[in-house]
Amino acid sequence: MARAISPQRKFLTTGAAWAVGLLIFFPILWTILTSFKTEAQAIASPPIFLNFDWTLENYAVVQERSNYVRFLMNSIIIAGGSTLLGVIIAVPAAWSMAFVPSKRTKDILLWMLSTKMLPAVGVLYPMYLIFIKLGLLDTRTGLVVVLMLINLPIIIWMLYTYFKEIPGEILEAARMDGANLRSEILYVLTPMAIPGIASTMLLNFILAWNEAFWTLNLTAAQAAPLTAFIASYSSPEGLFYAKLSAASTMAIAPILILGWFSQKQLVRGLTFGAVK
Amino acid sequence: MGQIELKQVTKSFGEVQVIPPLDLTIHDGEFTVFVGPSGCGKSTLLRLIAGLEDITTGHIEIDGVDATNLVPAKRGLAMVFQSYALYPHMTVRKNIAFPLKMAGIDEKTQKEKIDAAAKALNLTDYLDRRPGQLSGGQRQRVAIGRAIVREPSAFLFDEPLSNLDAALRVGMRLEISELHKKLATTMIYVTHDQVEAMTMADKIVVLQAGVIEQVGSPLELYHHPRNTFVAGFIGSPKMNLMTGPEAAKHDSATIGIRPEHITVSKTEGLWKGRVGVAEHLGSDTFIHVHDTGLMDMMTVRITGDIAVNHGDTIYLSPDMDRLHRFNAKGDRIA
Repeated sequence: MARAISPQRKFLTTGAAWAVGLLIFFPILWTILTSFKTEAQAIASPPIFLNFDWTLENYAVVQERSNYVRFLMNSIIIAGGSTLLGVIIAVPAAWSMAFVPSKRTKDILLWMLSTKMLPAVGVLYPMYLIFIKLGLLDTRTGLVVVLMLINLPIIIWMLYTYFKEIPGEILEAARMDGANLRSEILYVLTPMAIPGIASTMLLNFILAWNEAFWTLNLTAAQAAPLTAFIASYSSPEGLFYAKLSAASTMAIAPILILGWFSQKQLVRGLTFGAVK
Repeated sequence: MGQIELKQVTKSFGEVQVIPPLDLTIHDGEFTVFVGPSGCGKSTLLRLIAGLEDITTGHIEIDGVDATNLVPAKRGLAMVFQSYALYPHMTVRKNIAFPLKMAGIDEKTQKEKIDAAAKALNLTDYLDRRPGQLSGGQRQRVAIGRAIVREPSAFLFDEPLSNLDAALRVGMRLEISELHKKLATTMIYVTHDQVEAMTMADKIVVLQAGVIEQVGSPLELYHHPRNTFVAGFIGSPKMNLMTGPEAAKHDSATIGIRPEHITVSKTEGLWKGRVGVAEHLGSDTFIHVHDTGLMDMMTVRITGDIAVNHGDTIYLSPDMDRLHRFNAKGDRIA
């Protein structure tokens, strides 16, 4: 039974939720606002909130000085490529762990997750040397591989939990119906897990898009994605907050929009009705 | 053809042997029911035949061919699961088409077979719906349709009716029996419901703890149960089993008498007891009798109605020709 909630209580909890939401969103809002200020207004003390001369000058300068589209394309290819590659590897891995577990499956899952606890900088040096040796430095291919490896444990974990919810009898039915392993995964498991796979892919796309450590350290000019685009406005000539904010806004806009529109697509529910 | 032979088949999960060495032959066209209490290994046995579980030792032959190491898809069997196990993302048509698609059958033949199956199972109007939009009975029919189109050498049913309500269950039971008459294909049916076993089977296999207690026709099991377990399991209400002096009078350790083989009188009879609960079904009356001094509670089945009340004293007379005698090991004495 649903508990009765008094109007006052509802008002307070709604207010609190909005306050937390705004608090989390505030840095992004501030970045967006700053991107429309002049450099002087951007560093003014006390800070100016809304009462400034709105200008698009920063965007014009950023657009003029850097090739935004090239960075954007690199981000899309690196984030998309690593996510796609990760899912292709993770689906069979998660399948075996969910449906033919061994005694060690839980250990393997935990061990994979433990690799996420290692500070990335700890393996920077060996990774850098490997990249030089393989000629992968400043290439999209290199970044696709490295970001895929970094996010693979999370992809496998997420898919594993989704697959665990799919009744094994449906896969057994497919086997009885003459499906081999490939058909079973392709025609039965994957379509049933699409909501799960989609949300996994979306999350990993966002993680890869925002990844800054490896993308900054392993690229120079050719393969640099939007994280490098932002960084390029923070160092050489001192800090230009307004231009940095404009660059940041341009870098995060695509992923913000993607996240906003895909929310509703991630609702699960396709697997209901198969098994009572 | 659909003859299935199990030769010295065993199954262990780790250290635990759930099926001790077992031999069984299921003849072509036979409707065989595996029945037993839950955990007796009947579903495991079915899954071994299907190939969904690997047998630990022994051999399985299907139509004389060793199928022990064949994957499920290559055994030519079709299975209907308790949970229906339909593909939720496919329409009914695609569900039924799936095994045909896997077999690489051309679309025209697929359509013909699907239409024929849908017609036979009253599914024609539902072909474009998804499983989620169907009732339990319709889903079960789709699962059967998916099995039929493959034209398998045998059908395997794993408690297919236990998710349905009582009325639907009776209907589906008849449909499956009729299907068997029409197709004359081997069917192996797992259930814990002895009524399903009695009404559908040509041959019943009673299992307990992975061991076959008896194999026979329903009436053979009813009239000549090989031991006290089968005697107690087959028949509803259960057979009254008594030990002690009353059994000793008949030179046996245990005697059994079915509830329907006892007559009730208010004035005289061999045994005396007190009425506990009387269940009036209209067609029959089940009287649960206490204080007979023979067993905790004896059940008597009377055809029609009888006016007895809680606490009444009644007299019971067993039909001595229908008395079952068992020795100390529980085995039948001829």
